Amino acid sequence: MRANTWAGRNKVEVRDVPDPKILNSRDAIVRITSTAICGSDLHLVDGYVPTMQDGDVMGHEFMGEVIEVGSRVPGDKLRVGDRVVVPFPIACGACAACAKELYSCCENTNPNAGIAEKMFGHPVAGIFGYSHLTGGFAGGQAQYARVPFADVGPLKIESDLTDEQVLFLSDILPTGYMGAEMCDIQPSDVVAVWGAGPVGQFAMDSARVLGAAKVIAIDKEPYRLRMAEQAGHIPVNFDEVDVRSRLLELTGGRGPDKCIDAVGLEATHGSAHIAAYDRVKQAVRSETERPHALRQAIMSCRSGGVVSVIGVYGGLLDKFPAGAWMNRSLTLRTGQCHVQRYMRPLLERIERGEIDPTRIITHRLPLDEAERGFELFKNKEDNCEKVVLKS
Amino acid sequence: MTQLASREEVQARDDEVQRRGRELGWMSLGLGVAQLAAPDAVRRISGVDDSRTSRTMVPLVGVRELVHAAGLLASRRKGIWAWTRVMGDAMDLTSLGLAIAHRDGRRRRRLIAVTGAIVGITALDLLTAVQATRAQRSGSGRRGGHMDLTATATVRKPASEVYAFWRDLANLPTFMAHLEEVRTTGDRTSHWTATAPFGKDVEWDAEITDETPGERIAWRSTGDADVPNAGTVSFVPAPDGVSTEVYVSLVYDIPGGAIGKAVAKYFGEEPHQQLDDDLRRFKQVLETGEVVRSDGAPWGKRARKEFPQRPAQPLSDAEFEKGPEA
Repeated sequence: MRANTWAGRNKVEVRDVPDPKILNSRDAIVRITSTAICGSDLHLVDGYVPTMQDGDVMGHEFMGEVIEVGSRVPGDKLRVGDRVVVPFPIACGACAACAKELYSCCENTNPNAGIAEKMFGHPVAGIFGYSHLTGGFAGGQAQYARVPFADVGPLKIESDLTDEQVLFLSDILPTGYMGAEMCDIQPSDVVAVWGAGPVGQFAMDSARVLGAAKVIAIDKEPYRLRMAEQAGHIPVNFDEVDVRSRLLELTGGRGPDKCIDAVGLEATHGSAHIAAYDRVKQAVRSETERPHALRQAIMSCRSGGVVSVIGVYGGLLDKFPAGAWMNRSLTLRTGQCHVQRYMRPLLERIERGEIDPTRIITHRLPLDEAERGFELFKNKEDNCEKVVLKS
Repeated sequence: MTQLASREEVQARDDEVQRRGRELGWMSLGLGVAQLAAPDAVRRISGVDDSRTSRTMVPLVGVRELVHAAGLLASRRKGIWAWTRVMGDAMDLTSLGLAIAHRDGRRRRRLIAVTGAIVGITALDLLTAVQATRAQRSGSGRRGGHMDLTATATVRKPASEVYAFWRDLANLPTFMAHLEEVRTTGDRTSHWTATAPFGKDVEWDAEITDETPGERIAWRSTGDADVPNAGTVSFVPAPDGVSTEVYVSLVYDIPGGAIGKAVAKYFGEEPHQQLDDDLRRFKQVLETGEVVRSDGAPWGKRARKEFPQRPAQPLSDAEFEKGPEA
């Protein structure tokens, strides 16, 4: 089959690789109809997530049709011919984490748990196409994929919704939604979202759906801010204005009640000396993150507010404003999305028309043009917001 | 218990080396400070105060002594630093020999006295260096010793079930990386086979020495096992009322010689990590029914090394057919 593979830092390559096979009895093989390039794929391509290998099949947002199931996949859960969206964390459904619906912390699905433990203290779930640290599972930017624990994760789509309407249930829509849900939004809340990429856009939409009074989008790309504005959110361009001053202006001096970091470890920002400091430390591997968005969110949030982190962080960061966090009674909440928990309720919201996931798609390409898709997305060329690959 | 005795012996010798190394370190420190703080006095006593070269040389030798002192006092690896001292001694004796050839009278007598002292120190340095090197060699597992390992995991199943799975000893090879087969030979006795390096299996008989159903199993190898071993596993209900905390403790009596070396190597750099991974697979099997496989590590418990792995892409038909040997 054809698959998009990691070929070294800053390089992906569509190659011929073997077709996937059933390795465990609760596996299914899915013929992929639509897959996407995710912002967190860029952290892999840019080389900030360790343990990638030449030839690793990329991609963790995908959907398709079940063509084979293992002997222990119950027929009432999944059958050949079912149309499914596959969540990016692989979860067993049986461990203590899964019992608490903390699917991305599943205790059983990462065969390389020993390595993850050294890095994170405790292991995390296996993730499709997302380094050997998260299990070494082949990803979904391919024609076919092996899906372990197919009786737990995949969501069956039984209505006639299009691929594009449901594909993002695999990651970015639940991730954005969880970012807003962790904010415990009240009707009077002003919510500020750092990053107007795909996840940020869905965090904004979700904040509104959950009842926020006002939603603010912070980014520097005019096309992304326009996209947020068209969806009814207030744009703030950090290249043009001082973010904290603007946020105080928009909130009567209080600061946003709830702040969402949808940026993560590769933040870019205006302050040259801090940017240089982080970049140098990152380059010599003495910190792995450039946490500017997180710092700014903590400093801007109103006292007693919530800072919700859904941007990806990989290791260690410097200059964390612990004083602001502690002295001003801030709540910090975070997590890789527990996708399985949100898929069905969000599918219902899509069916009711409360959220339109298709509004962020700017590019549709055949799988064989994945390399160009990464170029467009990474360099924000041609106003690229989200690339869907079809095979 | 011959192995225990030899381990103590090795320990005692290592202590001796460490102590002597420290003494030499303090001596270097004293000499270095003297040569740097009062070079003229040192030159007069040594009988080289008539040479201009000695004005440069004495402080340089002092600096060298300070380097020896830092190494000997701060590092556990006394052997290497003792050898650097031996090399320094050789340099000193060479230059003293040259100086003696060009002196006579009182200066010559002083030089000969200092040379005698340096010869004595050289002997001490050489003895320490040789002993340290020997102690280091024997410390690397050649003489065998004990390996104590503990690990714990929480399994989300009731203790009775977790206990029952373990008590059926034939189940152990499904999750323990090194075990090939456990065959029960009686109510409390069993025969164990573990794969070993160079294609040779290690086998032993074992007996359950103590058992409280649902709570604890203790066992030990019997007869003349290649690698005598013993272990206990306890099953403790977790505070959540659903899960079971599993505590494992193992002791291996690693023999000396080639087998001991091979066994030590086989257990790898991180035996604790291997036991942790064994328990993780135990949890996987109980909670999900099997060992989870990924494309990067497709052979479950047989993937003995976590890294390097194969790329995370599907196996070819040929690799799949070949199995773990591929």
